[in-house]
Amino acid sequence: MSLYRDEGVVLRTQKLGEADRIITLLTRRHGRVRAVAKGVRRTTSRFGARLEPFMLVDVQLALGRSLDVVVQAETLAPYAGPLMGDYARYTAGTAMLETAERLTDEEREPAVQQYLLLVGGLRALAGGEHDPTLVLDAFLLRSLAVAGFAPSFAACAGCGVGGPHRFFSVPTGGMVCPGCRPPGSSAPSPESVRLLGALLTGAWDVADASAVGPRREASGLTAAFLAWHLERGLRSLRHVERV
Amino acid sequence: MYEGVVQDLIDELGRLPGVGPKGAQRIAFYLLAADPTDVRRLADVLVLVKDKVRFCATCGNVAEEEHCRICRDPRRDPAVLCVVEEPKDVVAIERTREYRGRYHVLGGAISPIDGIGPDDLRVRELMTRLADGAVRELILATDPNLEGEATATYLARLVKPMGLRVTRLASGLPVGGDLEYADEVTLGRAFEGRRLLDA
Ligand SMILES: [Zn+2]
Repeated sequence: MSLYRDEGVVLRTQKLGEADRIITLLTRRHGRVRAVAKGVRRTTSRFGARLEPFMLVDVQLALGRSLDVVVQAETLAPYAGPLMGDYARYTAGTAMLETAERLTDEEREPAVQQYLLLVGGLRALAGGEHDPTLVLDAFLLRSLAVAGFAPSFAACAGCGVGGPHRFFSVPTGGMVCPGCRPPGSSAPSPESVRLLGALLTGAWDVADASAVGPRREASGLTAAFLAWHLERGLRSLRHVERV
Repeated sequence: MYEGVVQDLIDELGRLPGVGPKGAQRIAFYLLAADPTDVRRLADVLVLVKDKVRFCATCGNVAEEEHCRICRDPRRDPAVLCVVEEPKDVVAIERTREYRGRYHVLGGAISPIDGIGPDDLRVRELMTRLADGAVRELILATDPNLEGEATATYLARLVKPMGLRVTRLASGLPVGGDLEYADEVTLGRAFEGRRLLDA
């Protein structure tokens, strides 16, 4: 039996047979892996809540033919606790898990940056310092950037000429100059564009001070970006509780 | 692959929850070897269950009439309502013989990653039931896992303006276990739900 050890966030669980579950983890060194947790649904399971979604765990896994097997799991950060007790955090967090799963399409392909983003995002949600939808949108924008789809909110996404620009195009990749502006571009409010830039770069003082209107518009534009780059839309996104 | 109807049976069995391809094959050959009257009885009950059983118009539990046995029972306390995810949870609680109130079956738990939100559950029906003020206590008995807890959190906030007593089943350490093996979330819950000991 070949064992390996890693740390990871539980992304998803699926029932298997009578008392088992298949656990999908995003790990630091092995990327996304799926493993069977035997007996985890029994109330006497030694895993307890350690393999619930959102938990950051130190796991030992045994390599299997199709699925690995969880041998041991120790908690590094019990994010499930603070997230399941707050509905807005729970729904925002779930959309983060689904995004992380969808943007790591290959199993066992290391995705360290995506992993670090997710851990940071969950820590911010659990800490409760920022509005959950801001944390979610920042995570979504940065995840897109890590995946190679970085949106541009200052310079023109088409030709690179310096901004600020007025028009916005999802297919072009962000703000566009009058020359690059394709038909069907929208003209979001300057406050929304400022907020999007702040979320992407982590300027939390700007993001926290934003008003409800720009937050809504920024969320809509972020969702449009995500939908453009993912083949199917996120199932969890429409259930996210918005202000 | 087997011929015709045998393969059809294996395929049908394989679609049942918790039955894999190997299990489906095992059950199929068990049925082939079994006494014809036993198999006939199984087939009859399968047809009957789809014909006769439906979901209670009030609580969503399985019922053989418009209302289930519990909703029809006048001795059950109408002031206490216990919210569960599935009909099998009603059976589990009934087995304790501790509870004399009524039930509301949601039909699952909120799980956005599976595309299930509050509108996909019997939440609106619950709100309608609570509207006349007859229920004084709402017991949230969803599963003690992430989705169940999140569902309880959602419902507690939703019914808060109605001013009724909302309780959650105590969760914590399994009886028969050692404290040192408890995980952090379970142990945290056990602390939150600690109770006074009258000695
Ligand atoms: Zn009923």
